[in-house]
Amino acid sequence: MGSFQSLPDDHQYRTLSQKTGFSLEQIAILHNRFKQLSQNEETLWRDDLKTIQDLESNPIRSQIIEAFFDSRNFQKDGVGSVEEIGFEEFLTVMSYFRAPPQNITVEQREEMRRAKLRFLFNMHDTDNDGTITLEEYRHVVEELLSRSGALGRETAKGIADAAMLEVASISVGPMAPDEFYEGITFEHFLKILNGVEIEMRMHIHFLNMDATVLCK
Amino acid sequence: MASSVYLCLLRAVFLVCFVNPLIQGLSEDESVFQNPHHQQEENLTGLPIVTFKWHHVETPYLVIIWVFVAGLAKLSVVELNHHVISVVPESGLLIILGFILGGIVWGADRAQTFKLLPPTFFYYLLPQIILDASYFMPNKLFFSNLGAILIYAIFGTCWNAATVGLSLWGCYEAGVMGNLDIGLLQFLLFGSLIAAVDPVAVIAVFEEVHVNEVLFILVFGESLLNDGVTVVLYNVFDAFVALGGPRIDAAEIFKGIFSFVVVAFGGSFLGIGFAILLSLLTRCTKHIQIIEAGFVFVVGYLAYLTAEMLSLSAILSITFCGICCQKYVNANMDEKSVTTVRHAMKLLANGSETMIFLFLGVTAIDTEIWVWNTGFILLTLLFVFIYRIIGTFLFTWMLNKFRLVPIEVIDQVVMSYGGLRGAVAYGLAALLDEDKIPEKNLMISTTLIVVYFTVILQGITMKPLVQWLKVKRAAHSDLKLIEKLNNRAFDHILAAVEDICGRIGDNWWTRGWNRFEENYISWLLMKPKARKNRDYLFSIFHKLNLEDAINYVSEGERQGSLAFSRSDEAANVDFKKQFGSEFADVMPNIMVDMSNYELGIEHFSVTSIVKDTIPSVSLDIHGQDRKNAMDDINAHHLLQQHLYRSRKHHRHKYSRSHFSINQNEDEVQEIFQRTMRSRLESFKSTKMGVNPAKKITKHHKKELTHKMPNGHPDGTGHLYGDEVDIAVGSETGAINSTFMRDTYTVGAGIENPVFLPDMDSPTHSPPWLMETEAVAPSQRAQRRLPWTPNRLRRLAPMRISTCSTDSFLMADVSLTLEEHEEHSQTDHVEMRPVFD
Repeated sequence: MGSFQSLPDDHQYRTLSQKTGFSLEQIAILHNRFKQLSQNEETLWRDDLKTIQDLESNPIRSQIIEAFFDSRNFQKDGVGSVEEIGFEEFLTVMSYFRAPPQNITVEQREEMRRAKLRFLFNMHDTDNDGTITLEEYRHVVEELLSRSGALGRETAKGIADAAMLEVASISVGPMAPDEFYEGITFEHFLKILNGVEIEMRMHIHFLNMDATVLCK
Repeated sequence: MASSVYLCLLRAVFLVCFVNPLIQGLSEDESVFQNPHHQQEENLTGLPIVTFKWHHVETPYLVIIWVFVAGLAKLSVVELNHHVISVVPESGLLIILGFILGGIVWGADRAQTFKLLPPTFFYYLLPQIILDASYFMPNKLFFSNLGAILIYAIFGTCWNAATVGLSLWGCYEAGVMGNLDIGLLQFLLFGSLIAAVDPVAVIAVFEEVHVNEVLFILVFGESLLNDGVTVVLYNVFDAFVALGGPRIDAAEIFKGIFSFVVVAFGGSFLGIGFAILLSLLTRCTKHIQIIEAGFVFVVGYLAYLTAEMLSLSAILSITFCGICCQKYVNANMDEKSVTTVRHAMKLLANGSETMIFLFLGVTAIDTEIWVWNTGFILLTLLFVFIYRIIGTFLFTWMLNKFRLVPIEVIDQVVMSYGGLRGAVAYGLAALLDEDKIPEKNLMISTTLIVVYFTVILQGITMKPLVQWLKVKRAAHSDLKLIEKLNNRAFDHILAAVEDICGRIGDNWWTRGWNRFEENYISWLLMKPKARKNRDYLFSIFHKLNLEDAINYVSEGERQGSLAFSRSDEAANVDFKKQFGSEFADVMPNIMVDMSNYELGIEHFSVTSIVKDTIPSVSLDIHGQDRKNAMDDINAHHLLQQHLYRSRKHHRHKYSRSHFSINQNEDEVQEIFQRTMRSRLESFKSTKMGVNPAKKITKHHKKELTHKMPNGHPDGTGHLYGDEVDIAVGSETGAINSTFMRDTYTVGAGIENPVFLPDMDSPTHSPPWLMETEAVAPSQRAQRRLPWTPNRLRRLAPMRISTCSTDSFLMADVSLTLEEHEEHSQTDHVEMRPVFD
């Protein structure tokens, strides 16, 4: 990665590193990539991400892209989404995908888990009201199954309903006939994904990546 | 406890009575065996009525006797005191039982007549175990850890073989073992055979302790591939031994390494080739469904034998055949065949596993093979143990440099401790050529001791070790749809983030492969129809629906009588008053009969998924349902009244190639239509979540003429039936019909469509029920989640699956049908109260 000279000064990197937990080298690499995506602008737009070729085949790409512009993912009490993001926001979103460090206490692990799950939750909760409603969930499932064609669409509805019902039964138990399940709250979300070691799985390799080679 | 004692006793008696005389009879006159006609000629003085022709059946008889004994052994081991079971692993207990049986045989014979011979082991016992292990391999987990598994399996095995062999040789040169006729090459040969970590033993132990999935796949995958590698390594060293020390030069060594690579990879590719063949074959077996399951075994075995014939690695061949074909085969074959394969595979594998462990015990009771050399045996044990640990830590250290989530130290300890040796090592030892290796017996006895030591001692201590080290256990959870959905979304997210940060990572490769697989391989190997439904999420959905359906039925069953007694208070029907209290007693029986019918015949394949939901209940009630013939007749009659009545008489015919249930297209279609309609009804009413008006059904006249098409010959059977029909007749036209059928549906919220009245009868719905809401539920109602009785989670949304398999097969059709029927709703609006 020999193009350090064009990057902001070391000090800025250090603050970013403290904030996000990335190493300086990783930040440099990601910055390279950021600039490549934004065509050397200071900020990144949705369209910049949409042009990534590999992403085109991803059934849920719109949600993933949206996550990058979701201010809930930048700070705790953020609301709404933004039109453009700077490198810091980009890095913040990326930091959700860091691998857990080697020596980590139970509390830290739990915190990390919560943060990661919160990210996933936000991705599904598109209207920002703290619950994933059936509509929202159906939408996700439909997109997931969008490659299966027309059949997929109908079945997706069934699957989403079933999944929702499952959540309902897990989180609130058997319901009375006149009860109405509003949607998945974050607590329920935590509960249903109890068995999944998300903190051990939600990460990608950030080291050794050479952004310049793979400009697509 | 008592039963286990009884079983042991039984077995002992059995052995003494049958096996021993047989064996003695066998050993008494060898000449008869050589000339089977000899005895008959002697007896020709008169016409024999019966003759004792032991020698005609001797071999198969002995084989089957041993299989039987093995089955009994397994049974008694499993039924044994649970405290013992929880301490000693099953495999260890089987070996110990084998000692006892071997002792009995030896006591009778003064020699070990029965041994585990290498050909038997390698050709008849091992293949199905490997096939089973690979066929049920969790593919995703396996391939995502393939790198680590290969490192352990290939380099780990070579490391173990080399270090153990060399160290033993070093000690031998140092004079620890006294005078033995073993050279360096023989030591290496021995090292290679003792390096075989046995999947059978490993699985047997690890399955019981439920370690986390990464650890499990590492150990399991390693032991599976390691077998193949060991055999290859063994063959190479065997060739070296045959060649003799002086003639080995650099070229030969190079050839050895080359042959190692060719044999291992050649075997793997051969296996993949057979997997493709098998997948293609199952594409076109639609019309021979009964035997299509057999192809899996036959082709798997062919892969094994072909590899053996080409002197490629047979184990690797069958392993990769199983791993690669599973997805396509399962998608192509009929669901029933898939179930058949699953069960038959488990049956075979479990059976041979039992046989193997038993015989590992039996074989030991033999004075012939035991050669004791303290130094050799103890040192082998020590080295095997130590180098396994060193190797694991060494390779894990290397791997951890590349792994994102490193393998923890605790896991490494368990991995190294899980290096159990088993039958493969013994089989290879028994294969040794006595001419080339004079100390063969010493090697066999050492191998046996290593096997006993690892399987029994390490097996016993494994569980406490895992507990003591607090190894992360597998989070045991039910299969959850939501979890799978999240996983799916998750994979996409990871891949997308990798794309965004512009990195070719694991997810990139996975996705690339998936795309390739989807576009080309699936196209080639899968039926078009299967391809459509192949999505993983669909299958999970499907599976969960099946499970729920079963729960649904069994729950209805459990609450059977309760439901009806409660429905008495439901005011609109007084069941008992109408038919007498005697009839109420019949009800549970009917429910049982229903479910037996459902699960036993139509849901043939479904029952396999039932774990333990039904038996306790249905068997209980079933016990009393043969109480008297009258009940039976009543039940039968009731069933006939309320089940779908087939248009034609039931033909009792035997066919080897078909289960002749509802072969008639029209019939199937009609049943399907009816069930769909009834489901739709129940769905509608549940979805609205309100208590609709009570049910109003009118029954058509044809009911009357239709009674009992293939009637009961027994006249008494009509007694109640007539009453029913009369009831129907008299009530025809009355809107608030207090017809007994209603009780089936109003009871406690269980509406099993099977119990629904005949939907075909035209219904005159009163105008006040023709609300538009019933036709097309409002937006809110649609969003409202359907309510289901008692924790049935996934079933409600589609109402698929409460009844018969046809609806599963036509799950896709149902969607369009449902839509279609929504429009034609007004024709048969029929509202039923679902909740009391």
